[in-house]
Amino acid sequence: MDPKTIPIRAANARTPAFEYFSTKKDELVGWARKFSLFPYPFVTACCAMEFMAVSSSPYDTDRFGAALPRFSPRQSDLLMVVGTITHKQAPVLLRVYEQMCEPKWVMAFGACATSGGFYQNYAAVAGIDKIIPVDIYVPGCPPRPETVIDAIMKLQDRIARSHHPIITDTF
Amino acid sequence: MTAPTLDLLRQRLGSAAGDATFAGGTFVLVIDPAALPGVVTQLKTEFGFDLLLDVTAVDWPGQAPRFEVVYHFYSTSHFGRARIKTRVPEAGPVVDSLTSLYGSAHFMERECHEMYGIDFRGNKDLRPILLYEGFVGHPLRKDYPKTQEQPLVPYRTEGA
Repeated sequence: MDPKTIPIRAANARTPAFEYFSTKKDELVGWARKFSLFPYPFVTACCAMEFMAVSSSPYDTDRFGAALPRFSPRQSDLLMVVGTITHKQAPVLLRVYEQMCEPKWVMAFGACATSGGFYQNYAAVAGIDKIIPVDIYVPGCPPRPETVIDAIMKLQDRIARSHHPIITDTF
Repeated sequence: MTAPTLDLLRQRLGSAAGDATFAGGTFVLVIDPAALPGVVTQLKTEFGFDLLLDVTAVDWPGQAPRFEVVYHFYSTSHFGRARIKTRVPEAGPVVDSLTSLYGSAHFMERECHEMYGIDFRGNKDLRPILLYEGFVGHPLRKDYPKTQEQPLVPYRTEGA
């Protein structure tokens, strides 16, 4: 047989491989969920430039299934808070978070969203975790693209390993 | 419109010109708050300073009068710049509004009002513009505590 030729099976031929596989329900749901993160970019400040860089071709978060931004919180499950949040804006952020359906995750992108950064004054919220729960923090002012990709992968890892409440006795 | 000189300014404005100097390419007039509307009207009509660039204030704690309201003007005809400084006391930080002369004064006076607590007599709309309703105090005054926050959303408690 010509070594370059790939044997093609008949359409209905039954082969023993991949007829079934065994897994845990949690792992199956986690595997599906971790590759379908729809981010909602809540972009307020200069970190936006870095967010654009990391989501476009050179770094390409699409590789992780986390590329398609949904500009409606109701259709998204990863809230990326990119930039400084002011006290005036905090009610808006909380409202966006509350509109998102479960399951949902929150990424604090950059120093300002994480801790307020170098702002300590009347205007800035010292970290969005004072308002909404945060799943993963990305340090840096702004973060390097590698840091963001690392954060996405870590979050995916956590999603894959976590227990998913939709799994019940009947599912 | 010819570019004004220091002599011309002093001559036309008279004693209202106050302490007029020329520094860094800008005419600097330190005047009395009562003279403000007249001087600005003259600057606009006679000297062609037709653009109000900025209204801000400086807080000098411990000095009297405490606040210095600063205006910047520009001329689109002879490209000159002018700065007017006027001192107002802490007890009654009131100056006349320039909204009748310059439309841009509306927003800039609102900002100066919320940040420094300067009252602009004649500006009908001094609502907060950058801050929010309910904010207590004037954050750019030197005696506003650096770390004092006034959150609109209650903070999460630990472990919630």
